[in-house]
Amino acid sequence: MAHAYTPGLKVLHETKIDKERRLPLKGEVVVEKGTSVNPDDIVAKTDLPGNVQMVNVANILNIDAQDINEVMDVNEGDTVTKGQQIAETKGLFGLFKSNVESPVDGTLEVISDTTGQVVLREPPIPVEIDAYMRGTIKDVLPEEGVIIESDGVFIQGIFGIGGESRGNIVVATQNREGEITEEMITSEHTGKILVGGSFISLKAYKKAIQMQVAGVVVGGFNYFDLEDILGYTLGVAITGSEELATSLIITEGYGKIRMGQRTFDLLKEHSGKFASINGATQIRAGVIRPEIVISLAKEELKGDSKDVDASEGIREGSLVRVIRAPHFGRIGKVVELTPELRQMESETMVRIAIIEIDGKNVEIPRSNLEMVETD
Amino acid sequence: MELRSILATDCGSTTTKAILIEKVDGEFRLKVRGEAPTTVEAPFEDVTKGVLNAVMEVEELAGRKLLDGNTIITPLNGDTGVDIYISTSSAGGGLQMMVAGVVKSMTGESAERAALGAGSIVMDVLASNDGRKPHEKITRIRQLRPDMILLSGGIDGGTTKHVVELAEILAAANPKPRLGQNYKLPIIYAGNNKATDKIQDTLGNIADLDITENIRPVLEQENLKPSRDKIHDLFMEHVMQQAPGYKKLMSWTDAPIMPTPGAVGALIEMVAEKENISVVGVDIGGATTDIFSVFQNQFNRTVSANLGMSYSICNVFAEAGLENVLRWVPFDIDDKELTNRIGNKMIRPTTVPQSLEELVIEQAIAREALRLSFIQHKEFAVNLKGVQKERTISDAFEQSESGESLVDMMELDLLVGSGGVLSHAPRREQSARMLIDSFLPEGITQLAVDSIFMMPQLGVMANIEKEELAEDARTAALEVFEKDCLIRLGTCIAPSGDAKQNSTVLTAQLTMPDGNTESHTIQFGDLVMIEAPYEPIKAKLTPGKGMDIGAGKNEIIESTIYGGVVGIIFDGRGRPLNISTDSEQRISDLSKWSKALNEYPKLKV
Repeated sequence: MAHAYTPGLKVLHETKIDKERRLPLKGEVVVEKGTSVNPDDIVAKTDLPGNVQMVNVANILNIDAQDINEVMDVNEGDTVTKGQQIAETKGLFGLFKSNVESPVDGTLEVISDTTGQVVLREPPIPVEIDAYMRGTIKDVLPEEGVIIESDGVFIQGIFGIGGESRGNIVVATQNREGEITEEMITSEHTGKILVGGSFISLKAYKKAIQMQVAGVVVGGFNYFDLEDILGYTLGVAITGSEELATSLIITEGYGKIRMGQRTFDLLKEHSGKFASINGATQIRAGVIRPEIVISLAKEELKGDSKDVDASEGIREGSLVRVIRAPHFGRIGKVVELTPELRQMESETMVRIAIIEIDGKNVEIPRSNLEMVETD
Repeated sequence: MELRSILATDCGSTTTKAILIEKVDGEFRLKVRGEAPTTVEAPFEDVTKGVLNAVMEVEELAGRKLLDGNTIITPLNGDTGVDIYISTSSAGGGLQMMVAGVVKSMTGESAERAALGAGSIVMDVLASNDGRKPHEKITRIRQLRPDMILLSGGIDGGTTKHVVELAEILAAANPKPRLGQNYKLPIIYAGNNKATDKIQDTLGNIADLDITENIRPVLEQENLKPSRDKIHDLFMEHVMQQAPGYKKLMSWTDAPIMPTPGAVGALIEMVAEKENISVVGVDIGGATTDIFSVFQNQFNRTVSANLGMSYSICNVFAEAGLENVLRWVPFDIDDKELTNRIGNKMIRPTTVPQSLEELVIEQAIAREALRLSFIQHKEFAVNLKGVQKERTISDAFEQSESGESLVDMMELDLLVGSGGVLSHAPRREQSARMLIDSFLPEGITQLAVDSIFMMPQLGVMANIEKEELAEDARTAALEVFEKDCLIRLGTCIAPSGDAKQNSTVLTAQLTMPDGNTESHTIQFGDLVMIEAPYEPIKAKLTPGKGMDIGAGKNEIIESTIYGGVVGIIFDGRGRPLNISTDSEQRISDLSKWSKALNEYPKLKV
């Protein structure tokens, strides 16, 4: 049977969510397998090597590099404090001495008699990783991190900015067509995850930042307004490290596009509940999509989730979303997957799917379709 | 061993492409090709699965057995198996390197050239004089996590201090490799031979240090090959060992796996050498654009890391600017609507243009991506800097300096395009227009596209070192390149210079393959196409007043030219090409040029 391969964004009302929490360098895992954790709990920590300062002692003291050991007051491995003298010339008859002071607190790591410089390392920088979502430690990766497991809602957006954030969900618009406007955002929304319908304007998003809203989840945003927020033109979709008070997740794309029915309904159903979100996006091989996780307690689980096998790809009867003009953003049902290549208006020869949108059959290139993965 | 059948794959970051080449009636030809999604990432995490899937498609199409379970059958036995299997790879982000040199424009640039030539992506060039403070350099090294570092600096026997200083910075940063937490980062030292012991002392403990010949033994000479070879060795020994499934893949191949761009470069170098011509090759992908050139027998490659047609399409837009993209669009369009559309292509990179309007916009952006990448290439492909030249009085007047670009568009003989937007354009005329508009060839230049992007596989084939196979494999690579890989679009004839509107810039008298003669007069501002096959055509080209067609201003040229699937294109728009800033005039010009080349079906806007 003919099938296509474009995976879609996940909109799952009840699923098992595994989250890997990994340290940037090896360190210590502070929780055990089976432990229940809350989002703010620390699960692993490490010390990153301190920053390094290089000081060219030979240049400062105007001596040959090979003579550096004669002027050094401290040895490799010694601890030094900021302002401490680390080298001094003998001077002339004990007069006119010159010296070098350490610019930082730290350790003297290397004295080089080739270049005449010394390497000073500042104290290590502690790094801690929290659990991000409520759940149970499913696995410990010794010295590296943990895998946390949770049951709940899992929704992927198409693009986001800003990193991890969390808060209670507030649905700001009546329906999925509605826009989040500047006036809607008040101090009541501080620390909350604000959900809207089709669009948030630059002004409204700025208001959200000003009000310290934890995150905004919305159908669309203007691409050209990103520059105002980020301070640069976003050239490639690799985000997540921006220092933003309010993470932004768009679920459909750039422009004003109403949020998927299923996504909106699901977020509305869980209005008031605690959600962990992450705007980090990487659209390259090894794709990362922004996400919304709502961990549910055992008693909240309905146990009615169906397995979705996205690896099967798009089939006749699949629910799909059109992801390029014309018909961009529309959702339809696959009526037929014709095997032969078909010529488009652009004269591009492509494999197509015939899909039904609002009772009409239209031909769309299969690569312009995305599976709507729901459970 | 006589080669009769070769299977080659290229494992790209999204697709694994397999080709089967066989000897038919005494010559090597492409028999079939197959492809399958690459399986380096989760959930598969084994590159060989994608390879087997692609080979299975080849098996089906060729109608003969190549696999025995999960093994490629070698050698060919009757109708089963192939003689050799080879592969290239750019999966998992390709080979990512950091290079270091003492003087940025000298050893720094030589190191960059060596790394790029070997097929890597250069993440950063560290240099003693790059303006960054030591701690800034250290932070940068730590952030980047390259696959490998190439350290150079100093001429042999010269001062050692600066290059050791760089080594000390590397040691202080103690960089970790990108893949795998349990092995030491490979560092290649290719600098002043007098500093070798010191470098060993400084870096020996923190890295897997490999020492090779100096990249710049004397100022006047670059010695890139030992470093390039070493990069390929370490790519196999270290980097590939960490990527999922590559150990297995390496055990299957009959020659070392090459990084994809390294293989393409090797092929282009070989073609230029064999034909004794100047060549520019371009591969425009979703994320990056690679340009390869051979001018004056010198090979150069550049990677424009963030100029591409999908993942980095917004970056093309950001770097070129809206106006530059719009100058290629023959209709009016709302700026904001356009930027959102392009943004949506970036976040949904696998989509294809369904409407004609979308296709025109995509090809407009491609022109700018190619133009910007070529600017970067011209700036990089230069004579060695820092070389003292003996000058005569006349040279002193010419002001020629070291560091001049090698790229001379009048000298260019062959321009080859590849990558989806060029290879798969619905009409070949569109590919020809994109190449001409963005590269602006001058004089007489042949144009071609790589039909299905098999240059990587042919490149690795041409580089097989096993003595008993090398000659046959090289022959096979060249024969297939000539007959099946290249689609000859035709020849562009573009007089260089500026002229008045409606003045004659060129008169061409052509003796066609069938013996008929034709005469064409080209006016300034015109683009004219005539149909002609890829066969020799005798041409007498007379430039208009003040124009140059390759032999100097006003000089006539008599030469043999070739047509192709598009034909002969006379470009009378002058060089440099000026496009009207008046919207109405621009749209009228663009429409006229499109029509002349039969570029698009009637555009309904």
